[in-house]
Amino acid sequence: MNKPAAKDSRVPTGLSDRTSDIILVIFCVIIVLLVAYPLYYVLIASISNPYDVYAGKTFLLPSEITWSGYKAVFAEQSIVTGYLNSIKYTIIGTIFSTLMVFLSAYPLSQTASKDLPGRKFFSIFFIITMYFGGGLIPTYLIVRQTGLINNMWALFIPGGVAVGNMIIVRNFFDNSIPREIVEAAEIDGASKWRTFINIIVPLSRPIMAVMVVFAMVAYWNDWFTAMIYLPGVDKAPLPLVLRGILIRSSATASQASTISGGFAELNKITELIKFASIIVAAAPMLIFYPFVQKYFERGFMAGAVKG
Amino acid sequence: MGQNTAFANGSARKTKVAYLLQRIGANWQLYAMLLIPLAITFIYKYIPMYGIQIAFRDYTASRGMFGSTWVGFDWFERFFTAPNFWRMIRNTVLLSFYSLLWGFPIPIILALMINQLRFKRFQRTVQTILYAPHFISIMVVCGMIRIFLSPSGGLINLISNSNTDYLSLASAFRTIYIASGIWQDAGWGIIVYMATLANIDVSQYEAAKIDGASLFQRILHIDIPELIPTIILMLIMSAGSLMNVGFEKVWLLQTNLNKATSDVISVYVYQQGIENAKYSYSTAVGLFNTVVNIILLIIVNRLASRMSDKVRFA
Repeated sequence: MNKPAAKDSRVPTGLSDRTSDIILVIFCVIIVLLVAYPLYYVLIASISNPYDVYAGKTFLLPSEITWSGYKAVFAEQSIVTGYLNSIKYTIIGTIFSTLMVFLSAYPLSQTASKDLPGRKFFSIFFIITMYFGGGLIPTYLIVRQTGLINNMWALFIPGGVAVGNMIIVRNFFDNSIPREIVEAAEIDGASKWRTFINIIVPLSRPIMAVMVVFAMVAYWNDWFTAMIYLPGVDKAPLPLVLRGILIRSSATASQASTISGGFAELNKITELIKFASIIVAAAPMLIFYPFVQKYFERGFMAGAVKG
Repeated sequence: MGQNTAFANGSARKTKVAYLLQRIGANWQLYAMLLIPLAITFIYKYIPMYGIQIAFRDYTASRGMFGSTWVGFDWFERFFTAPNFWRMIRNTVLLSFYSLLWGFPIPIILALMINQLRFKRFQRTVQTILYAPHFISIMVVCGMIRIFLSPSGGLINLISNSNTDYLSLASAFRTIYIASGIWQDAGWGIIVYMATLANIDVSQYEAAKIDGASLFQRILHIDIPELIPTIILMLIMSAGSLMNVGFEKVWLLQTNLNKATSDVISVYVYQQGIENAKYSYSTAVGLFNTVVNIILLIIVNRLASRMSDKVRFA
């Protein structure tokens, strides 16, 4: 709605333009269907009779609508624990990584100080880690030596300083918050820290939203870090729990004991759980991201300013 | 800088030092803010870099990363003579090369098309839907792939009316990996190009239209030239990681039967290091991979800077 009117004034001037418009729309509809259909298919399958799914009867509409897949998913203790773990990790991880990004980006910006002694050194110190790292095992050994194995902070601390995001936020400070604001606050007697909390942070809400979105998505979907650093079963986040169900196709013990309809019924539930758990795992982010679409799109533009 | 050149003698240097100390003191709160990020980076990024030396040692837990016996290039030799060495190199390079070949142009084409959509609300909807798969965990995507490719009643087999077990076909692995990668990330990849295309002045289109340029000609002569710097930048970034096949998806889609094409270095590093606890050997393999990557990055950067000079003058 708030788009500039200029683009809308491009009214069709001839048949060739109208034809090409139609071709474009058809092309885009096909692409959209290709992308959306697999998700739609899983959604339908999650509430259908799995035998009909595997017989190819649910291409467009569900058959014999049933919620038993979802019931089984939420009756499965490991999935519920994984879900709660994922929520916890996503909240803590998002707060922690956003905090780290801001704490590292602000002092290194032109906004905070015209010439902070050592700024260049600190910037390079961070940026080097984008191109070179210790690799899987040396990092693992240090995490182990610092006592973080099976401690949830292993998910947040070792990868806590996201340098790429730090650069985006620093560019935002440099380009969008003039140094004069900070100088005015300091003349009024505010300390650097007060200025940061009371003036800079409220002014950087747009870029903070971008950082929060990136971090939320990353923590909700992460499982590799947890697989390496958190071997305890009760600590696994949702995607890692789903590995047993989706990749190894194993029916869990509690499933087998709670289902009363015999082997055929167990088979049915095992298949339904696969579809339902995909939906349950993907739904939060798929519902959430359209609301913040403009923020992450803007984030890319902010990053594109400096290349 | 200018004010400092005026001083030359010792007392002036003292003033300079005092001035520096004063500036550091005035900014102490900024340094305090940096403290935790710096400490984390030092401990979890720099110490592991120093710890890479276990690639040249025979690591034992009791003697530690910096005290285990020095063995030189033994681990590297063992890797170079490993039975699957060439297969892993080949699979790693081919998998990322084909991913780049197929995956790189698609977001560009999509962005060019979507940018020309005239109904803005439709355009937004298309973009929103195309982003969706990016927000799904790789674990879940691989679960979907396994379901769709199931030999008994998987979607692909239902459509093609067959019962092929694609995940046990080595010849199908790359196609599965690349096609699903495009499904998941091509939509997300358009963002950066859309951001660039948004900078184009609408009056350019108007002028071209008055001159009788068709839609295709407008894309060819206005949009594409505008995109070229971004395209080159993105190409450099992807080409530099030609030896960097991600671990997660390959590992989740690997089966004993498709190893002939799915056996890649990153999975090997994980298996040797975490599963078999061969810390030194795994580190050596990882280091080899990193070094090749850095060399590639430098070569590609050189080529690209030469190329972009030519493009600019063309």
